[in-house]
Amino acid sequence: MNIIEVDNLVKKFGSFIANDHLTFNVRKGEIFGFLGANGAGKTTAIKILCGLSKPTSGKVMVAGYNVSTHPEEVKSNIGYMSQKFSLYDDLTVVENIRLYGVIYGLSSTEIKERTEILLNRLQLQDARKRLIKTLSLGWKQKLAFSVAILHRPSIVFLDEPTSGVDPITRRQFWEMIYEAANSGITVFVTTHYMDEAEYCNRVTIMADGKIEALDTPANLKKQYGANSMNALFLKLTRKETVGLDN
Amino acid sequence: MIEVNQLCKQFGKVKALNGVSIQVNEGELYGLIGPDGAGKTTLFRILISLLLPDSGSARLWGLDPVADFKKVRQIIGYMPGKFSLYEDLSIIENLTFFATVFGTTVEENYYLIEDIFKQIEPFKNRPAGKLSGGMKQKLALSCALIHKPRLLVLDEPTTGVDAVSRQEFWEMLKRLKAQGITILVSTPYMDEAGLCDRVALIQNGKILETNSPEDIIERFNKPVFAVSDNNMYQLLNNCRQYPGVASVYPFGEELHITFSEGSVNPVHLKEFLVSKGIPDANIKQIQPTIEDCFMELST
Repeated sequence: MNIIEVDNLVKKFGSFIANDHLTFNVRKGEIFGFLGANGAGKTTAIKILCGLSKPTSGKVMVAGYNVSTHPEEVKSNIGYMSQKFSLYDDLTVVENIRLYGVIYGLSSTEIKERTEILLNRLQLQDARKRLIKTLSLGWKQKLAFSVAILHRPSIVFLDEPTSGVDPITRRQFWEMIYEAANSGITVFVTTHYMDEAEYCNRVTIMADGKIEALDTPANLKKQYGANSMNALFLKLTRKETVGLDN
Repeated sequence: MIEVNQLCKQFGKVKALNGVSIQVNEGELYGLIGPDGAGKTTLFRILISLLLPDSGSARLWGLDPVADFKKVRQIIGYMPGKFSLYEDLSIIENLTFFATVFGTTVEENYYLIEDIFKQIEPFKNRPAGKLSGGMKQKLALSCALIHKPRLLVLDEPTTGVDAVSRQEFWEMLKRLKAQGITILVSTPYMDEAGLCDRVALIQNGKILETNSPEDIIERFNKPVFAVSDNNMYQLLNNCRQYPGVASVYPFGEELHITFSEGSVNPVHLKEFLVSKGIPDANIKQIQPTIEDCFMELST
Protein backbone atom coordinates (compact mmCIF):
# COMPACT_ATOMS: atom_id res chain seq x y z
CA MET A 1 0.00 0.00 0.00
CA ASN A 2 1.27 3.48 -0.87
CA ILE A 3 1.21 6.28 1.67
CA ILE A 4 2.52 8.85 -0.81
CA GLU A 5 1.59 8.91 -4.50
CA VAL A 6 3.19 11.52 -6.71
CA ASP A 7 2.08 11.64 -10.31
CA ASN A 8 3.73 14.05 -12.75
CA LEU A 9 4.40 16.74 -10.17
CA VAL A 10 5.56 20.01 -11.71
CA LYS A 11 6.46 23.13 -9.72
CA LYS A 12 7.54 26.31 -11.47
CA PHE A 13 8.76 29.59 -10.02
CA GLY A 14 8.38 32.01 -12.93
CA SER A 15 10.28 30.34 -15.76
CA PHE A 16 12.38 28.22 -13.39
CA ILE A 17 11.27 24.59 -13.15
CA ALA A 18 12.09 23.40 -9.63
CA ASN A 19 10.28 20.05 -9.94
CA ASP A 20 10.12 18.61 -13.42
CA HIS A 21 7.49 15.85 -13.76
CA LEU A 22 8.25 13.87 -10.62
CA THR A 23 6.50 10.50 -10.37
CA PHE A 24 7.10 8.15 -7.44
CA ASN A 25 5.36 6.28 -4.63
CA VAL A 26 6.34 5.72 -1.02
CA ARG A 27 5.11 2.50 0.61
CA LYS A 28 3.57 2.38 4.04
CA GLY A 29 6.14 1.66 6.77
CA GLU A 30 9.25 2.10 4.66
CA ILE A 31 12.25 4.35 5.29
CA PHE A 32 12.46 6.42 2.15
CA GLY A 33 15.63 8.42 1.49
CA PHE A 34 15.31 11.58 -0.57
CA LEU A 35 18.75 12.60 -1.84
CA GLY A 36 20.06 15.17 -4.22
CA ALA A 37 22.54 18.00 -4.67
CA ASN A 38 21.83 21.41 -3.14
CA GLY A 39 19.38 23.17 -5.42
CA ALA A 40 18.14 19.94 -7.03
CA GLY A 41 14.57 20.65 -5.91
CA LYS A 42 14.29 18.53 -2.74
CA THR A 43 13.03 21.29 -0.43
CA THR A 44 10.44 22.38 -3.00
CA ALA A 45 9.11 18.82 -3.27
CA ILE A 46 9.01 18.34 0.52
CA LYS A 47 7.06 21.58 0.98
CA ILE A 48 4.49 20.30 -1.51
CA LEU A 49 4.27 16.89 0.16
CA CYS A 50 3.66 18.60 3.51
CA GLY A 51 0.84 20.73 2.15
CA LEU A 52 2.81 23.98 2.50
CA SER A 53 3.04 24.74 -1.19
CA LYS A 54 0.76 23.89 -4.12
CA PRO A 55 1.96 22.04 -7.21
CA THR A 56 1.81 23.92 -10.50
CA SER A 57 0.45 20.72 -12.04
CA GLY A 58 0.28 17.01 -11.33
CA LYS A 59 -1.40 15.03 -8.60
CA VAL A 60 0.08 14.46 -5.12
CA MET A 61 -1.66 12.24 -2.56
CA VAL A 62 -0.27 12.05 1.00
CA ALA A 63 -1.86 9.83 3.68
CA GLY A 64 -4.95 9.54 1.48
CA TYR A 65 -5.44 13.27 0.91
CA ASN A 66 -4.82 15.43 -2.13
CA VAL A 67 -2.31 18.14 -1.17
CA SER A 68 -3.85 20.65 -3.58
CA THR A 69 -7.41 20.37 -2.30
CA HIS A 70 -6.96 19.15 1.30
CA PRO A 71 -3.67 20.59 2.62
CA GLU A 72 -4.97 20.91 6.20
CA GLU A 73 -5.88 17.21 6.38
CA VAL A 74 -2.41 16.40 5.05
CA LYS A 75 -0.78 18.56 7.74
CA SER A 76 -2.67 16.92 10.60
CA ASN A 77 -1.70 13.43 9.38
CA ILE A 78 2.02 14.01 9.07
CA GLY A 79 4.93 14.84 11.36
CA TYR A 80 7.69 17.20 10.29
CA MET A 81 11.12 17.89 11.66
CA SER A 82 13.46 20.41 10.12
CA GLN A 83 17.19 20.70 10.65
CA LYS A 84 17.12 24.41 11.36
CA PHE A 85 14.18 24.82 13.67
CA SER A 86 11.95 22.39 15.47
CA LEU A 87 11.77 23.29 19.16
CA TYR A 88 11.43 26.58 21.04
CA ASP A 89 14.72 27.44 22.77
CA ASP A 90 13.11 29.50 25.52
CA LEU A 91 10.54 26.87 26.49
CA THR A 92 11.35 23.87 28.66
CA VAL A 93 11.35 20.25 27.49
CA VAL A 94 7.82 19.52 28.78
CA GLU A 95 6.50 22.88 27.56
CA ASN A 96 7.67 22.07 24.05
CA ILE A 97 6.05 18.64 24.20
CA ARG A 98 2.78 20.15 25.45
CA LEU A 99 2.84 22.87 22.79
CA TYR A 100 3.11 20.35 19.97
CA GLY A 101 0.57 18.06 21.61
CA VAL A 102 -1.98 20.86 21.72
CA ILE A 103 -1.22 21.98 18.16
CA TYR A 104 -1.90 18.44 16.94
CA GLY A 105 -5.15 18.27 18.92
CA LEU A 106 -4.22 15.70 21.57
CA SER A 107 -6.29 15.69 24.78
CA SER A 108 -4.57 16.75 28.00
CA THR A 109 -4.69 13.13 29.24
CA GLU A 110 -3.02 11.93 26.05
CA ILE A 111 -0.40 14.65 26.32
CA LYS A 112 0.39 13.71 29.92
CA GLU A 113 0.66 9.99 29.15
CA ARG A 114 2.77 10.42 26.04
CA THR A 115 5.04 12.98 27.71
CA GLU A 116 5.98 10.42 30.38
CA ILE A 117 6.52 7.64 27.82
CA LEU A 118 8.68 9.95 25.74
CA LEU A 119 10.78 11.22 28.68
CA ASN A 120 11.33 7.68 29.90
CA ARG A 121 12.38 6.41 26.52
CA LEU A 122 14.84 9.27 26.01
CA GLN A 123 15.96 9.11 29.65
CA LEU A 124 15.22 12.82 29.92
CA GLN A 125 13.17 12.67 33.14
CA ASP A 126 15.72 14.76 35.04
CA ALA A 127 15.84 17.34 32.26
CA ARG A 128 12.08 17.84 31.98
CA LYS A 129 12.20 21.42 33.29
CA ARG A 130 15.32 22.45 31.44
CA LEU A 131 15.17 25.08 28.72
CA ILE A 132 15.74 23.66 25.25
CA LYS A 133 18.64 26.02 24.65
CA THR A 134 20.62 24.32 27.42
CA LEU A 135 20.46 20.91 25.70
CA SER A 136 23.14 19.66 23.32
CA LEU A 137 22.30 19.47 19.63
CA GLY A 138 22.11 15.69 19.78
CA TRP A 139 19.52 15.73 22.56
CA LYS A 140 17.56 18.45 20.81
CA GLN A 141 17.35 16.42 17.63
CA LYS A 142 16.30 13.22 19.42
CA LEU A 143 13.64 15.17 21.30
CA ALA A 144 12.51 16.97 18.14
CA PHE A 145 12.03 13.63 16.41
CA SER A 146 10.01 12.23 19.30
CA VAL A 147 7.85 15.36 19.32
CA ALA A 148 7.33 15.13 15.55
CA ILE A 149 5.75 11.68 16.02
CA LEU A 150 3.95 12.50 19.30
CA HIS A 151 0.55 12.53 17.55
CA ARG A 152 1.40 9.17 15.93
CA PRO A 153 1.22 10.36 12.35
CA SER A 154 1.20 7.86 9.51
CA ILE A 155 4.26 9.52 8.01
CA VAL A 156 7.07 11.71 9.29
CA PHE A 157 9.26 14.01 7.19
CA LEU A 158 12.82 14.56 8.40
CA ASP A 159 14.85 17.25 6.68
CA GLU A 160 18.57 16.69 7.37
CA PRO A 161 17.91 15.62 10.95
CA THR A 162 21.50 14.62 11.75
CA SER A 163 23.56 17.49 10.32
CA GLY A 164 26.43 18.32 12.67
CA VAL A 165 25.39 15.72 15.26
CA ASP A 166 28.21 13.67 16.81
CA PRO A 167 28.74 10.17 15.36
CA ILE A 168 27.35 8.22 18.29
CA THR A 169 24.20 10.32 18.64
CA ARG A 170 23.75 10.20 14.87
CA ARG A 171 23.54 6.42 15.14
CA GLN A 172 21.22 6.53 18.14
CA PHE A 173 19.02 8.81 16.07
CA TRP A 174 18.88 6.25 13.27
CA GLU A 175 17.93 3.56 15.74
CA MET A 176 14.98 5.73 16.70
CA ILE A 177 14.09 5.94 13.02
CA TYR A 178 14.27 2.13 12.70
CA GLU A 179 12.05 1.79 15.76
CA ALA A 180 9.46 4.23 14.37
CA ALA A 181 9.43 2.43 11.02
CA ASN A 182 9.09 -0.89 12.84
CA SER A 183 5.98 0.48 14.58
CA GLY A 184 4.43 1.30 11.19
CA ILE A 185 5.35 4.96 10.74
CA THR A 186 6.61 5.77 7.27
CA VAL A 187 9.83 7.79 7.36
CA PHE A 188 10.72 10.23 4.58
CA VAL A 189 14.23 11.53 5.17
CA THR A 190 16.84 13.76 3.51
CA THR A 191 20.52 13.61 4.41
CA HIS A 192 23.96 14.60 3.18
CA TYR A 193 25.58 11.62 4.94
CA MET A 194 25.90 8.94 2.31
CA ASP A 195 26.29 6.14 4.88
CA GLU A 196 22.82 7.10 6.12
CA ALA A 197 21.42 6.58 2.64
CA GLU A 198 22.31 2.90 3.14
CA TYR A 199 19.95 2.71 6.12
CA CYS A 200 16.96 3.46 3.89
CA ASN A 201 14.76 0.76 2.33
CA ARG A 202 14.67 2.74 -0.89
CA VAL A 203 16.29 5.96 -1.99
CA THR A 204 15.62 8.41 -4.76
CA ILE A 205 18.29 10.71 -6.14
CA MET A 206 17.24 14.04 -7.60
CA ALA A 207 19.24 16.21 -9.95
CA ASP A 208 18.14 19.39 -11.72
CA GLY A 209 14.50 19.03 -10.71
CA LYS A 210 14.19 15.46 -11.98
CA ILE A 211 14.38 12.02 -10.42
CA GLU A 212 17.56 10.39 -11.69
CA ALA A 213 17.20 7.08 -9.88
CA LEU A 214 14.91 5.28 -7.47
CA ASP A 215 15.48 1.83 -5.95
CA THR A 216 16.99 0.02 -2.99
CA PRO A 217 20.58 1.08 -2.19
CA ALA A 218 21.84 -2.39 -3.18
CA ASN A 219 20.07 -2.38 -6.55
CA LEU A 220 21.19 1.14 -7.36
CA LYS A 221 24.82 0.33 -6.65
CA LYS A 222 24.55 -2.77 -8.80
CA GLN A 223 22.78 -0.97 -11.62
CA TYR A 224 25.32 1.88 -11.86
CA GLY A 225 28.40 -0.17 -11.00
CA ALA A 226 29.21 1.92 -7.92
CA ASN A 227 30.77 0.37 -4.82
CA SER A 228 29.27 2.89 -2.38
CA MET A 229 26.36 5.30 -2.19
CA ASN A 230 28.87 8.13 -2.27
CA ALA A 231 30.30 6.94 -5.59
CA LEU A 232 26.78 6.48 -6.95
CA PHE A 233 25.75 9.95 -5.82
CA LEU A 234 28.77 11.55 -7.46
CA LYS A 235 28.09 9.65 -10.67
CA LEU A 236 24.46 10.75 -10.91
CA THR A 237 24.73 14.36 -9.79
CA ARG A 238 28.14 15.57 -10.90
CA LYS A 239 27.05 18.52 -12.95
CA GLU A 240 27.76 22.17 -12.43
CA THR A 241 24.62 23.65 -10.87
CA VAL A 242 24.25 27.39 -10.88
CA GLY A 243 20.54 27.64 -10.09
CA LEU A 244 19.13 29.54 -7.17
CA ASP A 245 18.71 27.77 -3.86
CA ASN A 246 15.29 27.57 -2.28
CA MET B 1 53.30 27.90 12.01
CA ILE B 2 50.69 27.76 14.71
CA GLU B 3 51.18 26.78 18.34
CA VAL B 4 48.23 26.49 20.68
CA ASN B 5 48.98 25.77 24.29
CA GLN B 6 46.40 24.81 26.94
CA LEU B 7 43.67 27.15 25.72
CA CYS B 8 40.61 27.46 27.95
CA LYS B 9 37.43 29.39 27.31
CA GLN B 10 34.25 29.23 29.32
CA PHE B 11 30.81 30.64 28.48
CA GLY B 12 28.77 30.67 31.69
CA LYS B 13 28.88 27.06 32.88
CA VAL B 14 29.94 25.65 29.54
CA LYS B 15 33.62 24.89 29.08
CA ALA B 16 33.85 25.50 25.34
CA LEU B 17 37.61 24.87 25.36
CA ASN B 18 39.10 22.82 28.16
CA GLY B 19 42.89 22.85 27.79
CA VAL B 20 43.31 22.61 24.02
CA SER B 21 46.81 22.25 22.57
CA ILE B 22 47.63 21.76 18.90
CA GLN B 23 50.50 22.49 16.52
CA VAL B 24 50.10 23.21 12.85
CA ASN B 25 53.08 23.21 10.51
CA GLU B 26 53.73 25.66 7.70
CA GLY B 27 52.01 24.61 4.48
CA GLU B 28 49.90 21.96 6.16
CA LEU B 29 46.23 21.19 5.48
CA TYR B 30 45.09 20.68 9.05
CA GLY B 31 41.61 19.48 9.99
CA LEU B 32 39.67 20.05 13.18
CA ILE B 33 37.17 17.19 13.23
CA GLY B 34 34.25 17.14 15.63
CA PRO B 35 30.50 17.54 16.04
CA ASP B 36 28.55 20.73 16.76
CA GLY B 37 29.40 22.12 20.17
CA ALA B 38 32.87 20.54 20.26
CA GLY B 39 34.60 23.93 20.47
CA LYS B 40 35.85 24.26 16.89
CA THR B 41 34.46 27.74 16.27
CA THR B 42 35.62 29.02 19.67
CA LEU B 43 39.18 27.84 18.95
CA PHE B 44 39.16 29.50 15.52
CA ARG B 45 37.76 32.76 16.87
CA ILE B 46 40.50 32.94 19.51
CA LEU B 47 43.20 32.20 16.92
CA ILE B 48 42.04 34.93 14.58
CA SER B 49 41.77 37.52 17.40
CA LEU B 50 37.98 37.79 17.53
CA LEU B 51 37.69 36.31 21.02
CA LEU B 52 39.87 36.49 24.14
CA PRO B 53 40.88 33.22 25.83
CA ASP B 54 40.39 32.77 29.60
CA SER B 55 43.81 31.17 29.87
CA GLY B 56 46.44 29.50 27.75
CA SER B 57 48.25 30.92 24.75
CA ALA B 58 48.31 30.87 20.98
CA ARG B 59 51.03 31.95 18.54
CA LEU B 60 50.76 32.36 14.78
CA TRP B 61 54.26 32.63 13.33
CA GLY B 62 55.27 34.09 16.69
CA LEU B 63 52.38 36.58 16.79
CA ASP B 64 50.03 36.62 19.77
CA PRO B 65 46.37 37.04 18.72
CA VAL B 66 45.77 39.10 21.87
CA ALA B 67 48.77 41.46 21.89
CA ASP B 68 49.45 41.52 18.14
CA PHE B 69 45.88 41.32 16.88
CA LYS B 70 46.38 43.90 14.13
CA LYS B 71 49.29 41.96 12.64
CA VAL B 72 47.48 38.65 13.00
CA ARG B 73 44.53 39.99 11.04
CA GLN B 74 46.85 40.90 8.16
CA ILE B 75 48.11 37.36 7.68
CA ILE B 76 44.88 35.41 7.95
CA GLY B 77 41.94 34.83 5.66
CA TYR B 78 38.79 33.73 7.48
CA MET B 79 35.66 32.12 6.14
CA PRO B 80 33.06 31.87 8.92
CA GLY B 81 30.52 29.06 9.05
CA LYS B 82 27.67 31.44 8.42
CA PHE B 83 27.69 33.37 5.14
CA SER B 84 28.85 36.82 6.18
CA LEU B 85 29.45 38.88 3.06
CA TYR B 86 27.37 41.89 2.09
CA GLU B 87 24.22 40.46 0.56
CA ASP B 88 23.24 43.72 -1.13
CA LEU B 89 26.60 44.12 -2.82
CA SER B 90 27.32 42.24 -6.04
CA ILE B 91 29.95 39.52 -6.38
CA ILE B 92 32.52 41.88 -7.82
CA GLU B 93 31.70 44.65 -5.30
CA ASN B 94 32.26 42.28 -2.39
CA LEU B 95 35.56 41.10 -3.80
CA THR B 96 36.79 44.65 -4.49
CA PHE B 97 35.71 45.71 -1.00
CA PHE B 98 37.79 43.03 0.71
CA ALA B 99 40.81 43.69 -1.51
CA THR B 100 40.64 47.42 -0.68
CA VAL B 101 40.23 46.88 3.07
CA PHE B 102 43.47 44.87 3.06
CA GLY B 103 45.27 47.50 0.96
CA THR B 104 45.56 45.47 -2.20
CA THR B 105 43.74 45.11 -5.51
CA VAL B 106 41.79 42.30 -7.12
CA GLU B 107 44.29 42.29 -10.01
CA GLU B 108 47.37 41.89 -7.79
CA ASN B 109 46.37 38.52 -6.34
CA TYR B 110 43.88 37.39 -8.95
CA TYR B 111 46.09 34.41 -9.89
CA LEU B 112 45.36 32.94 -6.47
CA ILE B 113 41.58 32.93 -6.85
CA GLU B 114 41.28 32.61 -10.63
CA ASP B 115 40.47 28.92 -10.48
CA ILE B 116 37.57 29.47 -8.10
CA PHE B 117 36.41 32.91 -9.17
CA LYS B 118 36.07 32.15 -12.86
CA GLN B 119 33.25 29.74 -11.98
CA ILE B 120 31.14 32.59 -10.60
CA GLU B 121 32.43 35.40 -12.80
CA PRO B 122 29.55 35.10 -15.32
CA PHE B 123 27.29 36.28 -12.47
CA LYS B 124 29.62 38.98 -11.13
CA ASN B 125 26.94 41.68 -11.11
CA ARG B 126 24.42 39.59 -9.17
CA PRO B 127 23.87 40.59 -5.50
CA ALA B 128 25.57 38.11 -3.13
CA GLY B 129 22.26 37.53 -1.32
CA LYS B 130 20.76 36.06 -4.50
CA LEU B 131 23.39 33.39 -5.10
CA SER B 132 23.01 29.63 -4.60
CA GLY B 133 24.80 27.99 -1.67
CA GLY B 134 27.65 26.73 -3.83
CA MET B 135 28.21 30.13 -5.43
CA LYS B 136 28.15 31.92 -2.07
CA GLN B 137 30.80 29.52 -0.84
CA LYS B 138 33.06 30.22 -3.83
CA LEU B 139 32.65 33.96 -3.37
CA ALA B 140 33.38 33.76 0.37
CA LEU B 141 36.52 31.74 -0.33
CA SER B 142 37.63 34.25 -2.98
CA CYS B 143 37.13 37.16 -0.54
CA ALA B 144 39.08 35.34 2.19
CA LEU B 145 42.00 34.81 -0.22
CA ILE B 146 42.22 38.10 -2.08
CA HIS B 147 44.85 39.60 0.25
CA LYS B 148 47.03 36.49 -0.13
CA PRO B 149 46.90 35.34 3.49
CA ARG B 150 49.56 33.11 5.01
CA LEU B 151 46.88 31.17 6.85
CA LEU B 152 43.41 30.34 5.62
CA VAL B 153 40.89 29.54 8.38
CA LEU B 154 37.71 27.83 7.19
CA ASP B 155 34.94 27.16 9.70
CA GLU B 156 32.81 24.23 8.53
CA PRO B 157 32.89 25.16 4.84
CA THR B 158 31.15 21.92 3.84
CA THR B 159 28.39 21.64 6.44
CA GLY B 160 25.01 21.16 4.80
CA VAL B 161 26.71 20.96 1.42
CA ASP B 162 25.93 17.98 -0.82
CA ALA B 163 28.50 15.26 -1.46
CA VAL B 164 29.40 16.52 -4.94
CA SER B 165 30.07 20.11 -3.87
CA ARG B 166 31.97 18.84 -0.85
CA GLN B 167 34.33 16.89 -3.06
CA GLU B 168 34.84 19.88 -5.35
CA PHE B 169 35.56 22.09 -2.36
CA TRP B 170 38.28 19.75 -1.11
CA GLU B 171 39.84 19.72 -4.56
CA MET B 172 40.00 23.53 -4.37
CA LEU B 173 41.70 23.31 -0.96
CA LYS B 174 44.34 20.94 -2.31
CA ARG B 175 45.19 23.40 -5.08
CA LEU B 176 45.49 26.24 -2.55
CA LYS B 177 47.76 24.14 -0.39
CA ALA B 178 49.97 23.63 -3.43
CA GLN B 179 50.32 27.46 -3.56
CA GLY B 180 51.94 27.29 -0.12
CA ILE B 181 49.01 28.53 1.97
CA THR B 182 48.60 26.93 5.39
CA ILE B 183 45.00 25.81 5.81
CA LEU B 184 43.08 25.21 9.01
CA VAL B 185 39.66 23.72 8.33
CA SER B 186 36.93 22.37 10.59
CA THR B 187 34.27 19.81 9.71
CA PRO B 188 31.70 17.57 11.38
CA TYR B 189 32.07 15.01 8.56
CA MET B 190 34.45 12.29 9.75
CA ASP B 191 35.08 11.03 6.21
CA GLU B 192 36.75 14.35 5.37
CA ALA B 193 39.52 13.66 7.91
CA GLY B 194 41.24 11.45 5.32
CA LEU B 195 41.65 14.47 3.03
CA CYS B 196 43.80 16.36 5.58
CA ASP B 197 47.54 16.02 6.21
CA ARG B 198 46.91 15.92 9.94
CA VAL B 199 43.82 16.23 12.08
CA ALA B 200 42.75 16.96 15.62
CA LEU B 201 39.69 15.04 16.81
CA ILE B 202 37.77 17.28 19.20
CA GLN B 203 34.70 16.83 21.41
CA ASN B 204 33.31 18.74 24.41
CA GLY B 205 36.19 21.21 24.37
CA LYS B 206 38.89 18.55 24.54
CA ILE B 207 41.27 17.19 21.95
CA LEU B 208 40.80 13.41 21.74
CA GLU B 209 43.82 12.88 19.52
CA THR B 210 46.03 14.66 16.99
CA ASN B 211 47.89 12.83 14.26
CA SER B 212 47.79 12.00 10.57
CA PRO B 213 44.59 10.15 9.66
CA GLU B 214 46.64 7.08 8.73
CA ASP B 215 48.38 7.00 12.12
CA ILE B 216 45.12 7.46 14.01
CA ILE B 217 43.72 4.40 12.25
CA GLU B 218 46.92 2.43 12.79
CA ARG B 219 46.89 3.17 16.51
CA PHE B 220 43.35 1.87 16.95
CA ASN B 221 44.14 -1.22 18.94
CA LYS B 222 40.99 -3.32 18.62
CA PRO B 223 40.05 -5.54 15.71
CA VAL B 224 36.88 -4.27 14.01
CA PHE B 225 34.42 -6.60 12.29
CA ALA B 226 31.76 -5.72 9.72
CA VAL B 227 28.54 -7.70 10.02
CA SER B 228 25.77 -7.54 7.44
CA ASP B 229 22.42 -9.16 6.74
CA ASN B 230 19.17 -8.37 4.95
CA ASN B 231 17.28 -7.32 8.06
CA MET B 232 19.60 -4.81 9.68
CA TYR B 233 17.32 -3.80 12.55
CA GLN B 234 16.95 -7.43 13.67
CA LEU B 235 20.70 -7.96 13.24
CA LEU B 236 21.49 -4.86 15.30
CA ASN B 237 19.25 -5.90 18.18
CA ASN B 238 20.69 -9.40 18.23
CA CYS B 239 24.33 -8.32 18.05
CA ARG B 240 23.66 -6.04 21.04
CA GLN B 241 22.59 -9.12 23.02
CA TYR B 242 25.78 -11.05 22.25
CA PRO B 243 27.67 -11.36 25.57
CA GLY B 244 31.21 -10.72 24.28
CA VAL B 245 30.42 -7.56 22.35
CA ALA B 246 31.93 -4.18 23.33
CA SER B 247 30.38 -1.88 20.72
CA VAL B 248 27.88 -2.19 17.88
CA TYR B 249 27.42 0.72 15.50
CA PRO B 250 25.55 0.89 12.20
CA PHE B 251 27.81 1.94 9.31
CA GLY B 252 25.76 2.14 6.14
CA GLU B 253 24.91 -1.35 4.99
CA GLU B 254 27.05 -2.94 7.72
CA LEU B 255 27.35 -3.00 11.48
CA HIS B 256 30.80 -2.37 12.92
CA ILE B 257 31.46 -4.51 15.94
CA THR B 258 34.26 -4.67 18.48
CA PHE B 259 34.53 -7.41 21.08
CA SER B 260 35.41 -7.02 24.74
CA GLU B 261 38.96 -7.93 25.65
CA GLY B 262 39.59 -11.65 25.45
CA SER B 263 36.29 -12.34 23.65
CA VAL B 264 37.35 -11.76 20.06
CA ASN B 265 35.58 -14.70 18.46
CA PRO B 266 33.73 -14.04 15.20
CA VAL B 267 32.99 -17.76 14.77
CA HIS B 268 31.18 -17.82 18.08
CA LEU B 269 29.25 -14.67 17.14
CA LYS B 270 28.20 -16.37 13.91
CA GLU B 271 26.93 -19.39 15.86
CA PHE B 272 25.09 -17.05 18.21
CA LEU B 273 23.38 -15.30 15.31
CA VAL B 274 22.43 -18.64 13.73
CA SER B 275 20.82 -19.65 17.03
CA LYS B 276 18.84 -16.39 16.94
CA GLY B 277 17.42 -17.21 13.52
CA ILE B 278 19.90 -15.22 11.41
CA PRO B 279 21.66 -17.98 9.43
CA ASP B 280 23.22 -15.91 6.64
CA ALA B 281 24.90 -13.00 8.40
CA ASN B 282 28.22 -12.12 6.81
CA ILE B 283 31.09 -11.37 9.22
CA LYS B 284 34.50 -10.11 8.15
CA GLN B 285 37.36 -8.26 9.76
CA ILE B 286 37.96 -4.77 8.37
CA GLN B 287 40.24 -1.81 8.82
CA PRO B 288 38.65 0.77 11.13
CA THR B 289 37.62 4.17 9.79
CA ILE B 290 38.28 7.53 11.43
CA GLU B 291 34.69 7.46 12.64
CA ASP B 292 35.33 4.14 14.47
CA CYS B 293 38.35 5.76 16.11
CA PHE B 294 36.41 8.89 17.03
CA MET B 295 33.63 6.92 18.69
CA GLU B 296 36.07 4.71 20.57
CA LEU B 297 38.01 7.76 21.81
CA SER B 298 34.90 9.68 22.82
CA THR B 299 33.33 6.97 24.99
